[in-house]
Amino acid sequence: MSRNLTAWLYVTPLMLVLVPFFLLPILVVLAASVFETDGFGGLTPTVTLANYIDLLTSAQTLQLYTATLKFTVLTWFFTVIIGFFVAYFLVFHIRSQLLAISLFLICTVPFWTSNIIRMISWIPLLGKEGLINTGLLKVGVIDQPIEALLFSSLAVVIAYVHQLTIFMVVPIFNSMARIDKRVVEAAIDAGASRFDVMRLIIIPMSKNGIALGSIFVVSIVMGDFFVVKVMSGGGSASVVSAFYENVGVLQYPIAAASAVLLTIVLVAIISLILRVVDIRREITQ
Amino acid sequence: MTLAMERPDIAMTQPRRGVVATQPGKRPWTFYILATVFVLYVAALYGPMICIYILSFQDVRGGLVFPMKGHSLHWFIDLFTQVRTGDVKGSFDRSIKLAVLVTIITLVFSFMAGLAFRRRFFGDTFVFYLMIGSLVAPGLVLGLGTGLLFQWFGIGPAWYTSALGAQLSWTLPFGVLIMFAVISRFDNAWEEAARDLGASRWQTIRLVVIPILAPGLVAVALFGFTLSYDEFARTLQTAGSLNTLPLEIWSMTLNVTSPSLYALGTVTTVVSFVIIGVSIGAIILINKRRGVRANSH
Repeated sequence: MSRNLTAWLYVTPLMLVLVPFFLLPILVVLAASVFETDGFGGLTPTVTLANYIDLLTSAQTLQLYTATLKFTVLTWFFTVIIGFFVAYFLVFHIRSQLLAISLFLICTVPFWTSNIIRMISWIPLLGKEGLINTGLLKVGVIDQPIEALLFSSLAVVIAYVHQLTIFMVVPIFNSMARIDKRVVEAAIDAGASRFDVMRLIIIPMSKNGIALGSIFVVSIVMGDFFVVKVMSGGGSASVVSAFYENVGVLQYPIAAASAVLLTIVLVAIISLILRVVDIRREITQ
Repeated sequence: MTLAMERPDIAMTQPRRGVVATQPGKRPWTFYILATVFVLYVAALYGPMICIYILSFQDVRGGLVFPMKGHSLHWFIDLFTQVRTGDVKGSFDRSIKLAVLVTIITLVFSFMAGLAFRRRFFGDTFVFYLMIGSLVAPGLVLGLGTGLLFQWFGIGPAWYTSALGAQLSWTLPFGVLIMFAVISRFDNAWEEAARDLGASRWQTIRLVVIPILAPGLVAVALFGFTLSYDEFARTLQTAGSLNTLPLEIWSMTLNVTSPSLYALGTVTTVVSFVIIGVSIGAIILINKRRGVRANSH
């Protein structure tokens, strides 16, 4: 058998899932975005750009994207800072292998549990009568509970950072573990300061991990509506939560157009990140 | 993420020492700062979860916040006996069945795709980026597309058809990426040796490739199960009329304001922890056996 044929035989099952459950749905959404609706969930296959024109001229779109980008940037910033230093600590400061592996596992275990549960677990802490408010009241820092802790933009960002820092820790850890420790020692022997080592060796050599983690974090935050909906208490909206409302009232074409726009924005951001890193080499290495 | 379960192997092959600390035994000041950051991170990671586990054991007077009001299993019993909290038992059942199905399919399909990706082949870049696209595409958008697709073909969505496929579009790319990491440490010479000794293609895979890759395959299974068991966005519009567990929890967050919600959280997390424990245990056991066998020669 030829090499190509064998390889394709092996990827056929994968393609049998990806084509009907990724490629076709994307094409369907693309098609629906230029169709007209009869208002009851049915679609008329008349090609129109009205959905896009509505979407691009509405002030709400700009508002939603500003809100979503704000959450994305804030979450990205905190996850990359925390993720970087946690990974750095594990790779360069823990001397025992077994301890490093155990600590790494401790960081990864929550990834395998339910996101929703991890999100609602902030309620007893951030709520009006939650631990943080009660604590602050007792100490006397405040004399009225801060209501803005839960059901606010702050709570949304906290929930995102809580869920997504792991997506930074793991790829950055992988990149850092590949740095040859002798390079760092050579730099120190040659008189580099701790700051120089960080700036000239560690950061450039872990940039692939940072990029990979950023792709995960950005695409998850921009594609999420769940955390925004629950943690903001309905106060903030995001691109996807507006999309979901449209689906709820059977406005498929406008929802589809908004989905296509979001995908274009997302692809643009990811290709920007990909200019920094060769993702395929990073993953398969 | 993808390399999570594989790290131990790599870490062990590299000598590790405190690089920044030039004198053995003496820690630089940065160690203490970073150790504090790490401890705070882990505390923030687990603290809130532990709070809801504790709060789920309150008695009937219990509320959503501290202080604890009594101790009992009231809310756990409430969860499985009350109709007003929804069909928890049924959705639990469906979620487990679906997760098992997803795990098996993910395991087999990603193993095969992993074998294919060992060498370059015509169209490999296309398959690769299709996979990455499937991984990063917003779940709700894919859910809408899948829902519409089924509607156009006149097939009713159900958890074992459309939701199964939608979940696979998320677990398979993960599985294949882990296989990449696992297979990158597989020496093709072992396979060639088996062939040279007269093994058939199937014998080579069954007797050489699978046993060597076993720990990695357990990791793929772990990802397949937990990602499916907790999947929400892609399942929301493809599950049809019957809920899976995350969908059930979602509807509870919107209308249940009793510790039942926490009790359900505790129950699902226990299931997750059992699965994680079994998987990590299996990996350690396989590696240990291997060590014993290697030493006895």
